[in-house]
Amino acid sequence: MSMTEIKPSSATLEKQRSASYSNINPGKIIRWTLLFMGGVVMVMPIVYMLSTSLKWPHEIYNLSIIPDEPTLENYIFVLEDGRFYKWFVNSLIIATATTVSAVLFDSMVGYTLCKFSFRGRMFVFIAILSTLMIPTEMLVIPWYIMARDFGWLNSYWGIMFPGMMTAFGTFLMKQFFESVPDDFLEAARIDGLNEFQIWWSVAMPLVTPALSALAIFVFLGNWTAFIWPLIVTNSPDLYTLPVGLTTFSVEQSVQWELIMTGAALATIPTLIVFLVFQRYIIRGVVMAGLKG
Amino acid sequence: MLGYRALSIKQKQVVWAWGFLALPVLFYSIIRFYPTFGAIVLSFQDWNLLGDKTWNGIENYQKLFADPVFWKVFSNTFLYLIIGTPLSLVFSFIVAYNLDKVRFMHGTIRALYFLPFMTSTVAMAWLWRWFYQPVPIGLFNNMLATMAIPQFPFLRSTFWALPSILAPALWAGLGFQIIIFMAGLRAIPNTYYEAARIDGVGPWTILWEITLPLLKPTIVFLVVFSSIGFLRIFDQVFNMTTNDPGGPLNSTKPLVLMIYDTAFNAFDMGYAAAQTVVLFTILLVVSLVQLRIMRSR
Repeated sequence: MSMTEIKPSSATLEKQRSASYSNINPGKIIRWTLLFMGGVVMVMPIVYMLSTSLKWPHEIYNLSIIPDEPTLENYIFVLEDGRFYKWFVNSLIIATATTVSAVLFDSMVGYTLCKFSFRGRMFVFIAILSTLMIPTEMLVIPWYIMARDFGWLNSYWGIMFPGMMTAFGTFLMKQFFESVPDDFLEAARIDGLNEFQIWWSVAMPLVTPALSALAIFVFLGNWTAFIWPLIVTNSPDLYTLPVGLTTFSVEQSVQWELIMTGAALATIPTLIVFLVFQRYIIRGVVMAGLKG
Repeated sequence: MLGYRALSIKQKQVVWAWGFLALPVLFYSIIRFYPTFGAIVLSFQDWNLLGDKTWNGIENYQKLFADPVFWKVFSNTFLYLIIGTPLSLVFSFIVAYNLDKVRFMHGTIRALYFLPFMTSTVAMAWLWRWFYQPVPIGLFNNMLATMAIPQFPFLRSTFWALPSILAPALWAGLGFQIIIFMAGLRAIPNTYYEAARIDGVGPWTILWEITLPLLKPTIVFLVVFSSIGFLRIFDQVFNMTTNDPGGPLNSTKPLVLMIYDTAFNAFDMGYAAAQTVVLFTILLVVSLVQLRIMRSR
């Protein structure tokens, strides 16, 4: 209101006008160019990885990005080995199963802690939240002992069990369920839906953006997880992609074009997913980062 | 079912709530709380994974604090934090602040910076390890050679190995921080800027007096988040120094790698558990101190 009463001096008017008229000025061009160049530098390592994976061994010393004689020989070699295929499938199964489980349970717990009132609610919430302070590295030794005693070593379940639910996701979903109006749930209750149906068919569809944000985070986390799969598996058949890549690279030792091919195979899937779903992924990261 | 029907709506809700929570409560008790106490108890015991556990009081801790390797590892762990956190925050803020003002190809440039975040840490560790190799193999040294600059030791130097390992971690995390910073910048109401402009305040003053103070929640989050990440660094170190884990001469070894070695190569479980308790304490203290400092300012 009071803004309209302020009479801007002619100098500021001049400034505003020049700001709006000259959309392009040297400062802006320099800023854009520097930012763009910085971005190119950021992706250069990935470009070099892809380029080297397409080079013959004698060419990897060559600094040029485009190979003189591009070849798929490295990919054929690595894929014929057969193990990469297995590791890829292992990673895919494990990351997908953990993601489904974590998204379901985290949203169920988040919903319960947000929308139900019962004794002990705060206690459960604080207890779950407090586990965020415990680093995975503190738990790997007891988990290993537990996995050994129950015979879970070298199994999908052994790799997956620690990540079936996440405190971070529970907290995130609880925040998002706050925005679901209680009236909706009450109306469904009057219509005779039971609490499970209300959660599943009324509340869940209202928080799908949050669910996909959580899914992206959990999937990416499990896809790149390293220390726990490294500890819990020692049979190459059950390695995940990162653990397999480590073994493979140690084996190849100086054949960097093969190591780069392995690295590219581990990276390309997530890069494609990112390029296709860029908008959703960035929105998801923001949502998870700001609310979490 | 008759018993359930007789309940009031409120009581039914309580039944449902605990029904929903039954499995999760079990999960958090068995997979989170029990192992936490397990690790603490184990840290007061001596156990090689096969024989019997024997109590040895605070011997593990005494041994740890008397071990010069631990103090080397301790300072390495903090070096990752002290170099990594400020650098990554400053870089990502500069990019986010400028990118926020750019419209032309905004999405493309943002994607370029974000792409490394989507990669696999292990793959990137090997990629950078290749970069750091001496001539005629490594990319960086080959580039230096074409410019007639002497070789740089990177991973072979006890001084430069740690920053060399930190670089890919910093690089890969930048995109995430930029995105979070940009969201924080967007959340600042435009009216503040308009008011400042009407008052004729310069861009630097706006940055220091308006933007940064209003970004404080974002900065606090990123400082704590990235500090925890750097204190827990493992994947990069493990993969870039497989021929001599944590080397050369333990100059890159972080606490998590020491824990891994003690537990799964030396099978000294009690000693490793004591190290995890120390890690937990460090993380807790660092986060609390940071939150305290940043809140008060």
